[in-house]
Amino acid sequence: MSDIPGDLKYTKTHEWLKILDDKTLVVGITAHAQDLLGDMVFVELPELDTSYNAGDDCAVVESVKAASDIYSPVSGEVIEINEALTDAPEIINKAPYEDGWIFKMRAEDFDEVENLLNANEYEEFCASEEH
Amino acid sequence: MNAKMVDFGGWEMPIHYGSQITEHHQVRNDAGMFDVSHMTVVDLNGIKTREFLRYLLANNVDRLKTAGKALYTCMLNEQGGILDDLIVYFMRDDWFRMVVNAATREKDLAWIIQHAKNFSVEINERTDLAMIAVQGPNAREKVQQIIAHAEQQSVPQIKDMPAFNAYELSDYFIARTGYTGEDGYEVILDNALASDFWQKLHQLGVKPIGLGARDTLRLEAGMNLYGQDMTESTTPLESGLGWTIGWEPTDRNFIGRSVIDAQRQAKEHKIFVALVLEGKGILRHDQRIMRDNQDIGVITSGSYSPTLEQSIALARISPIVEQNVAVEIRGKLIPAKIVKSPFVRNGKSCLP
Repeated sequence: MSDIPGDLKYTKTHEWLKILDDKTLVVGITAHAQDLLGDMVFVELPELDTSYNAGDDCAVVESVKAASDIYSPVSGEVIEINEALTDAPEIINKAPYEDGWIFKMRAEDFDEVENLLNANEYEEFCASEEH
Repeated sequence: MNAKMVDFGGWEMPIHYGSQITEHHQVRNDAGMFDVSHMTVVDLNGIKTREFLRYLLANNVDRLKTAGKALYTCMLNEQGGILDDLIVYFMRDDWFRMVVNAATREKDLAWIIQHAKNFSVEINERTDLAMIAVQGPNAREKVQQIIAHAEQQSVPQIKDMPAFNAYELSDYFIARTGYTGEDGYEVILDNALASDFWQKLHQLGVKPIGLGARDTLRLEAGMNLYGQDMTESTTPLESGLGWTIGWEPTDRNFIGRSVIDAQRQAKEHKIFVALVLEGKGILRHDQRIMRDNQDIGVITSGSYSPTLEQSIALARISPIVEQNVAVEIRGKLIPAKIVKSPFVRNGKSCLP
């Protein structure tokens, strides 16, 4: 099983979400997701200062194999995007939970964050998907 | 070898063993091996085999004059549509060998057997044989080492074999052919010997390559994939394969001829082009191609080119003289340019 850090929240569409001290959120895709997709070659980042509803497709990552939508884990506004990925999408493969983050957002409703999967639940979900 | 496996026409096949891009570069810069045992090897035996193939195949087997020579050709239906693309090897007057696609195996065999009846040609599918492609600038030397060791001497027929030829040893059928745009061999051998041959190559530093890199390699080489770039409802002229048709002599009657002769005369058919994306994004199968607000065609194969580090594609479009088009990617029009195929040959970019 791929690396699943215990201090993050997860979605069933394989995004991870980290809560920073100032309550802003960082979003990326999990080690498991990048492993399934393979070598990343293109990232279409979300629009800055744009609000998305939970579950909206807001970004796209493309590997050699396929394009994959990234869904906003919660409702909120995009406040920062990781421009480094534009020239070096492979960072997502190398460090999916650190330098490979995709965007930061401010949540509208923090209950939505609490309702996401924890690490154990995400691990169980991945295991169930493989069967 | 820790491969990611996928179902491919009923065969369990590796997509990649590690990084698909690393595997791609391994073939372009050194040597890689592909287990392509899913390909269908068919032997045709009988004194009228050449006469039969003159009728069955769109390319003219009379181009095969010396033993071992290979020919790339389409096999057409009566409507000029492509039933399959294949390589045919002329070994002896009473023995030709064909290698056809796996996904089309059943319909191909039925078609061949049906038409062979009038020629009393014997059709033998060789399920006892495996096939390993070894490709890249250092590929031939590695295979030669193994062969020389097995035969206890250097084999000049293999070493000095020109491109697009094959030679048969007792245990190995070795062809200087491939699907990557690199030099190399495709080795056909008994199933029982395949694992040992694979291990020997591995010991010599030849790395296993999955289906993923096989696809980007063939795309850079401008080679069509059956079922994607061409199907039963597209003709060779619409698939960039007009060069594979043996138009001469004009009185050679082959299946589908009348339809593609007429299409060639009318000059109104769709054309098959190579595309390079000029904006950001990745070209993919089924994206639409636009010019002056008109939908002029579709991408048949598209991907990221690891050698060129940009996106490339093959596409079928209405005939145009301009080189600039746009591709619709997620609702946006991104500029792309028509270029000459192939994109890459022998490790080097062919782009201007």
